Amino acid sequence: MSINVLPPPDRTITARRDAIAKDLARLVGTGGVIADEDGRRAFETDGLSAYRCMPLAVVLPRSTEEVSRVLKYAHENSITVIPRGAGTSLCGGALPSEDAIVIGVSRMNRVLDIDLENRTARVETGITNLGISGAVQPHGFFYAPDPSSQLACTLAGNIAMNSGGAHCLKYGVTTNNVLGMKMVLIDGRVVEIGGAHLDASGYDLLGLIVGSEGQFGIVTEATVRILRAAEAARPMLLGFESSEVAGRCVSAIIASGIIPVAIEFMDKPAIHVCEAFAKAGYPLDVEALLIIEVEGSEEEISTLLARIVDIAKPFKPKGVRVSQSAEESAAIWRGRKSAFGALGRISDYFCMDGTIPLGRLPEVLVRIGEICAGHGLKVANIFHAGDGNLHPLILFDANDAGQMRRAEEAGADILKLCVEVGGCLTGEHGVGVEKRDLMPCQFTSGELALQMRIKTVFDPQWLLNPHKVFPLGGREIEHQAWEH
Amino acid sequence: MSQNARPGSERELQRLIADAARAEMPVEVLGSGTKRAVGRPTNSGLTITTASLSGVTLYEPTELVMGARAGTPLADIEQRLADKGQMLAFEPIDLGPVLGAPAKNGTIGAVFATNLSGSRRVIAGGARDHLLGIEAITGAGQSFRGGGRVMKNVTGYDLCRAVCGSWGTLAVMTGVTFKVLPRPERTGTLVFLGLDDTSAIEALCAALGTPFEVSGAVHLQAPLAARLRHADLAASKKAVTAVRIETFASSLRYRLDRLKEALGAFGEIHEFDDENSRAFWDELRQLSPLQGSAAPLWRISTAPRSGPAVVAAIARYMECRAYYDWSGGLIWAEVLDTADAGAADVRRVIAHHGGHATLIRAAPAVRASIDVFQPLEPDLAAITRGIKAVFDPADILNRGRMLADL
Repeated sequence: MSINVLPPPDRTITARRDAIAKDLARLVGTGGVIADEDGRRAFETDGLSAYRCMPLAVVLPRSTEEVSRVLKYAHENSITVIPRGAGTSLCGGALPSEDAIVIGVSRMNRVLDIDLENRTARVETGITNLGISGAVQPHGFFYAPDPSSQLACTLAGNIAMNSGGAHCLKYGVTTNNVLGMKMVLIDGRVVEIGGAHLDASGYDLLGLIVGSEGQFGIVTEATVRILRAAEAARPMLLGFESSEVAGRCVSAIIASGIIPVAIEFMDKPAIHVCEAFAKAGYPLDVEALLIIEVEGSEEEISTLLARIVDIAKPFKPKGVRVSQSAEESAAIWRGRKSAFGALGRISDYFCMDGTIPLGRLPEVLVRIGEICAGHGLKVANIFHAGDGNLHPLILFDANDAGQMRRAEEAGADILKLCVEVGGCLTGEHGVGVEKRDLMPCQFTSGELALQMRIKTVFDPQWLLNPHKVFPLGGREIEHQAWEH
Repeated sequence: MSQNARPGSERELQRLIADAARAEMPVEVLGSGTKRAVGRPTNSGLTITTASLSGVTLYEPTELVMGARAGTPLADIEQRLADKGQMLAFEPIDLGPVLGAPAKNGTIGAVFATNLSGSRRVIAGGARDHLLGIEAITGAGQSFRGGGRVMKNVTGYDLCRAVCGSWGTLAVMTGVTFKVLPRPERTGTLVFLGLDDTSAIEALCAALGTPFEVSGAVHLQAPLAARLRHADLAASKKAVTAVRIETFASSLRYRLDRLKEALGAFGEIHEFDDENSRAFWDELRQLSPLQGSAAPLWRISTAPRSGPAVVAAIARYMECRAYYDWSGGLIWAEVLDTADAGAADVRRVIAHHGGHATLIRAAPAVRASIDVFQPLEPDLAAITRGIKAVFDPADILNRGRMLADL
């Protein structure tokens, strides 16, 4: 369904599909091109599976050189390109269009160099997020950003979306952990930006490219920071009788000068779904649950957790439990990280991704409840409390078109609410097609035009992932707003 | 002769820039001007300072966020934070005294415009990593916002990062929102005396490879260490290598002891207590060993382990005194005064080892005749010019400050 999120395809391109597929095979070999219908179907959607569209063809290059050849070809023939990592985007960032070539980097997944002394790793970007940590873990290091999809998602996708994760309160998101990259421009030229040093020279192009949703180029290699892992880490659970009290407890912990490595919040519906799935031992008789994790030596951890328990006392926490073993810690995190999968077993859902100021949490949760009830829908909330990133999961039945439409409307209302209270439309998932038409809620037409003109610097013909991020009428805005 | 303007409101500033854009009149943009001597000298018809746009507009200690108008003195910001036991974790250095300007006189806008971070950058990230939102005016006189006041925000392109570190060439910031963090309870420092550069950087990289969250890793060659205000260190007449730990009072002893075990092989280790440590790192924030000299000063960023080779290579061409920060990844190199401040040789060395070099201090005639900032590869230069044209189509903001054609 929902082909209508895309403009009508260019029939002069789709009519040449067989010829284009042959051309692509010449560029990367037949093994690197998927042109048959069954093969292409695997690429018709991403993590936002409500939207589907069969691409013109799929290319799976094995080298920067091959990416360069394909982009040069697409550029010369004015064919749209959809860059793709593992296709885990929750905002339709990798949604193809009928007249577009999908370039998937998943076969480019080698670790090129691990440099422990300089604390960097150079990798091909098709490597999974967890693959980077896996490669350096034997040396006691890790790659910090940890999106929930880290087992599957690629660094390329993380770079495109500036992905975060549960531990970014302490370690930052992707943009804070990428030092250098090799990127193929739309005309096939290959540029190197940054390197193994901090703060690349000139304008912060790395900062601009990270989070540009595949609209500036295809990043094929990256140098990332790797960090020495703490001696140990341990989570604890704190239950509360209301979300408001949980929020105040988080504020008190931060005010005391303790910045836990993660502070995760779940409301009652989320607790119940996750517990039923993961048997993490979450208390079921509380309205809100915090998972708080600290790092250090075992003794340091004990001291810090004891301080947190003391700070929490005035808030009358229930079900306080400090993990006593590695197994228990893993179970506690398994519950949280499997939230999306667990919910997916019982219902279809949209995972929203706004960010709000922590102080507005109680009010926002109440209003989210009202918005969803108003649309006759249920909602569960997961929240990275340390950094204000809120994930309301709106439940619906995808077989009921009316419900799905109402869920989309509720989601839009929730994101508008996030902007209204001083937050933003998306904290870590990206805009994609999902939030494209909400951008005018957060930005003026002049601000959108400014951003679009930056895209034009990198991609004058708008061939790279063009139907995302900005409202479809966007390119007219770009020209109008800046002429005077 | 350039006119001066000190707009008292964002609207007035916007009008000034819009007028200048229409007249295609080059504008020099300043906070309080402490870093004015960095970059290629510019010819401007109008100098605009944001110093009257002052005041903290938002401070939520429990949300770790502060907002301020761009001209707010950094000293005021840091005082407000200290009152609540917080700080700017990226520890911005104060370039003023090194350039002959007064100390502690910079503005918060300029901190982000120049993306200058101090020793704690190795663990906490740089200025660019702490900037959450900006309000700014383009070279066309159009106001815009980038980012916001929340920690995680991937809505649209990251304009904060683009403007941060652009030295006033893309837009004039009128307000900034940034992340703040708690001040550590205790600080301790381990010090080696007399290490050669290679051993020192090896020790510093080893320290950062431990799990003890080292928050500063510096090495000063003996001639620069001799200029430290710390009397004992200056009197030692030896190179100084220092590693900082900042943590909870209950953890400090443990971490220092474990770190000593890890680094014992590098030589005798001295230890600074909390007070001594704070004084030492405060002094480095002012770059005190680089003050009181007019010799050309380079700021070089490279991979940490390449640091000693870069310095040794430069020293083959010219007299050179080095202060390494970021475990070797940031080099402050004071060189002998020559017509080009050694630029040709420094850049050749950098081309071989990787990284970039900026001439932070030199006479105006020297800065006018060489590339002060690292020249860009042609493809990146084209993208850079494109971005400049998006933000500043009439090319009026700090024209030519970063690169001759930018």
